[in-house]
Amino acid sequence: MIDTIPLPFTADPIDAPFWEATLRSQLVVQQCAGCQAHRFPPRPMCPQCQSLDHRWRPLSGDATVWSYTKPQPPLLPAFELLLPYVVVLAQVAEDPHIRIIGHLMSKDGGITGVDEAGLKIGAKLRVAFRQHASDVSIPGWVLVD
Amino acid sequence: MFKDQTAIVGIGQTSFAKSLPGSELELACQAIQLALDDAGLKPSDVDALGSFTMEHTPEFEVARNVGLGELHYFCQSPWGGGAGCGAVGQVAVALAAGVANVGVVWRSRKRGARSTRVWAGVQERITDHWKWSRPSGLVRPADECAMFTQRYMHEYGVTREQLAHVALAQREYAHKNPLAFMQSRSLTHQQYMDARMIADPLCLFDNCLETDGAIALVMVRADRAKDLRQRPAFIHAFSQGLNRQHQVNTDWHGENPLRSSSCVTAANLWRQADCGPNDVDVAQFYDAFSPLVWFSLEAYGFCEPGTAAQFVAEGGTRLGGRLPVNTSGGSLSEVYLHGLNLIVEAVRQVRGTSTAQVPDVDYSLVTACDSTPNGALLLRRK
Repeated sequence: MIDTIPLPFTADPIDAPFWEATLRSQLVVQQCAGCQAHRFPPRPMCPQCQSLDHRWRPLSGDATVWSYTKPQPPLLPAFELLLPYVVVLAQVAEDPHIRIIGHLMSKDGGITGVDEAGLKIGAKLRVAFRQHASDVSIPGWVLVD
Repeated sequence: MFKDQTAIVGIGQTSFAKSLPGSELELACQAIQLALDDAGLKPSDVDALGSFTMEHTPEFEVARNVGLGELHYFCQSPWGGGAGCGAVGQVAVALAAGVANVGVVWRSRKRGARSTRVWAGVQERITDHWKWSRPSGLVRPADECAMFTQRYMHEYGVTREQLAHVALAQREYAHKNPLAFMQSRSLTHQQYMDARMIADPLCLFDNCLETDGAIALVMVRADRAKDLRQRPAFIHAFSQGLNRQHQVNTDWHGENPLRSSSCVTAANLWRQADCGPNDVDVAQFYDAFSPLVWFSLEAYGFCEPGTAAQFVAEGGTRLGGRLPVNTSGGSLSEVYLHGLNLIVEAVRQVRGTSTAQVPDVDYSLVTACDSTPNGALLLRRK
């Protein structure tokens, strides 16, 4: 078992621009150049119109809780050290079909023991980023009052 | 036509335990030999094999150890818990088409030890679709299932008190099954409510067992099945299913994440069948996690959306209920063998040899994992 937090491979040309944007604290999704449909996670072809052309659309970072859970042991060692934590599935404001996983984070960027007051399905969230390596920040979600 | 052209005629299983001696290959060979003996067929009769992409015993090792005949067809079905019905169905299609004559499907697994769990092998850098969730601490299939369950319980206003009844009903079946891992271990509603959480709202008892063992099945065409040792379980209908926009185990990028690939499998299964859900006498729903039983009851048309929790809590899946479910104890209380345990029980129900036998079974349904690309088999006594 690995001792570190597992991180995404960021050199895949299909999703490299997403990870580059996270380093600028920006959340982006693909938008089809043909039919304007959003898609996430990034993929080469639009399933609506089969176009291979797309642009990267910056999102506002506003979202709501679609669901959440609180993993408990046994976990990977690096995650056991972070307990207790909450994982949120966030539905972004711009498109109800775009849902992105992230840790529930405190306003100061913490993951462990975040105040869960107000945590419920439908609660408002705002994106935040936590840098784990020189090439990757992972988006997380902060509850908005 | 495929309908009723093939049958499962042999079943074999090793003992089930937290830790068995012998390698996975040895267990696989034992189970296959037992299944062939059960059918009254010789190893040299076998010319087709089906297994899981996750199976660690290769077909050539199995063939040269058991002494199988010259093989004409071998296939693998993907995605762990989603694979079992697909492996059986693919071999059955090949038999029905005349490509081969006698097929074996097996699964051998030693995963009692924690280090053997698939999620424990996560690497430092993730290249596949799990790169979008595992870095955020959502690592195990239980965590992923919990996401859907939390949302489902919110949408339909159901509770852990109700969820408990999935595990309780299956434990009751396990008490009747001398081969079940949990045969002699009691479980009360209070014990369930007090159990440690694994991924809120799932507690320990919502998770399948982690066990060692192997299971094998033997299949032939219907004409040959009639001359063999056991009552055949005819394969009346089969489908695999994969949703639009599906993402394995983390299928929340489509329009409605609560509409799983099971809905796809179910629609194509009922399209082929001479019957509908009302005619099914007994079902085995893939149950790595207990909410998958709720989701499957609804996807296969036995319950309206949002009503499965009440159906189970009121005894609908117990013996004497409208649809007895996972009657051997299932993966929660009998053994976890990636769903082949459920197919074997579906066959026993057709034969009339289950330890929780439903009277006069005509149609016996078995399904694969709701949250992955999956499949289902509708078996028939005929």
